[in-house]
Amino acid sequence: MTTLSPERPAAQRTPALGASRQSHVVADSITMLSRNLLHMVRYPGLSMFTILGPVVILLLTVFVFGGTLGAGLPGVDPAGGREAYLAYVMPGILLITIAGSAGGTATTVSMDMTEGITARFRTMAISRASVLAGHVLGNTIQAMIAVALVLGVGLLIGFRPTATPIEWIAAVGMIALIAFAVTWIAVGMGMQSKSVETASNLPLILMLLPLLGSGFVPTDSLPAGLAWFAQYQPFTPFIEAIRGLLLGTPLGWNPVLAIGWAVVIAVAGYSWSMLIYERKSVR
Amino acid sequence: MTTPAIETHGLRKSYGDKTVLDGIDLSVGAGTVTALLGPNGAGKTTTVHILSTLVRPDGGTALVNGCDVVRDPGGVRAVIGLTGQFSAVDGLLTGEENLLLMARLRHLGAKRSKARVTELLEQFDLVEAARKPLATYSGGMRRRLDLAMTLVATPSVIFLDEPTTGLDPRSRHTMWDIVRSLVAEGTTVLLTTQQLEEADELADRIAVLDGGRIVADGTPDELKRLVPGGHLRLRFADAATLDGASRLLDESARDDAGLALTVPSDGGVGTLRAVLDRLDAAKLEVDDLSIHTPDLDDVFFALTGKKDQNGKKDQPDRVDMKGTEP
Repeated sequence: MTTLSPERPAAQRTPALGASRQSHVVADSITMLSRNLLHMVRYPGLSMFTILGPVVILLLTVFVFGGTLGAGLPGVDPAGGREAYLAYVMPGILLITIAGSAGGTATTVSMDMTEGITARFRTMAISRASVLAGHVLGNTIQAMIAVALVLGVGLLIGFRPTATPIEWIAAVGMIALIAFAVTWIAVGMGMQSKSVETASNLPLILMLLPLLGSGFVPTDSLPAGLAWFAQYQPFTPFIEAIRGLLLGTPLGWNPVLAIGWAVVIAVAGYSWSMLIYERKSVR
Repeated sequence: MTTPAIETHGLRKSYGDKTVLDGIDLSVGAGTVTALLGPNGAGKTTTVHILSTLVRPDGGTALVNGCDVVRDPGGVRAVIGLTGQFSAVDGLLTGEENLLLMARLRHLGAKRSKARVTELLEQFDLVEAARKPLATYSGGMRRRLDLAMTLVATPSVIFLDEPTTGLDPRSRHTMWDIVRSLVAEGTTVLLTTQQLEEADELADRIAVLDGGRIVADGTPDELKRLVPGGHLRLRFADAATLDGASRLLDESARDDAGLALTVPSDGGVGTLRAVLDRLDAAKLEVDDLSIHTPDLDDVFFALTGKKDQNGKKDQPDRVDMKGTEP
């Protein structure tokens, strides 16, 4: 069985790289993206898991805590508290969905590292940007699908956004940008982790941030120190921007702050990942 | 010989204050097989990682196909393939999808990719399993797929890092056959192994690595001549026969308590037959015979004057011929 064909053209033995290497970055990124999407299609269970968490939190907060929490929101009639709280909490839940989905990326990146396939990609002259972009773009798409499904559950239980079509487009764009940025951080976390277990736990920090912002309660109801943190952490403008776009609450500077934070986070995550790629891909 | 496919001079690498490579000089001729033989921690994998551009050396130079691994990693990567100790496959895809992924990343084009993948699946006996998820693959199948992925772009220099570690004997022989057919096509192979037998089977030259240095370098025969471990052990029924045999085979060492003689041997059939013929001619019956071939332990004992750190006991490759009538 192991008779390899003896006739092999000499030219084929040394594929020409050199000048054409740059143009391969895009093609390789697409190949890597399709690999990640194939994983998603092949193992939908992994993706379903990232949707299940936010849905449980949504149902829990709305139907268990919602009546009381809603009554405490400023300017809300205590009788309609639960509905008001559903509207209030939905943007935060969407952010938790994005963070949870990014956690999946950290796990898959870490698996690639420990299984040695990243090392194989490195010996094949595939640019690190392509390898990582495949993960980031794949997860951004996955996060968008997850957000759509969680939003669907919200609509089923009575979430009624007031957005115009243009506001919807802006909201979708904002969610995509946030997912893209947060995923770059998750890629870095996945690479930094020594084991797959660590990699799957580290992004829990990201899932906590909507809770420590304006996701579940107004920030001015928090104690002074926490209120200060909530005011200035990136997830608060993220949440406020989406809330403003979907429900017509005052936007203020929040969209600008959100875009600014997203760019900063994406650049930081990208630089971190690129920096440790070569060092961490050999085990 | 023409220009070597792999050449290193004074290659050094240390992690913290632990020196892993302490000046490696290596030259591998194009189209030949060289085995790096050594125990765990000798620096075999680090050498392969430097040559395959995964790790930067601290000092020294390394050229693969004339390209410097530090200054021109792209040139090196264009001609090499690496199959490491841990399988570098995508466990969530099928075997065929793994190969297609490699073909796409090598930019073979749709038509050539398809043809090459079909060809490799046949050559590596993976046709039946091609569309099954990797979770159903055995260790040997995973290793074959791993190597097939390395060969998608027909590299001219291949690094095999302990290619048969953890494989059962049958898969090991399959892997050896694959390596031999690669060499028959003119591929240069650098493989690492802990087993002298494997190096002996496959390699044109063996470099013995210990503590980050090459302690011996030569053909398998040259190396074996350095190792005095090979011998025959003959056991006799009584002291009289032992006496007779001892007088007959004057190069032997006797063990009166065990009624046995130890005769130096290269492990070959020729010497075995010569010894038995002489005993036969003198009508001396052998009760029990075993052949001890030099193993890695002996090599290390001979070359470095210390036992392999695993503290492996002298375990003979025992060929039991109990009750053989000479």
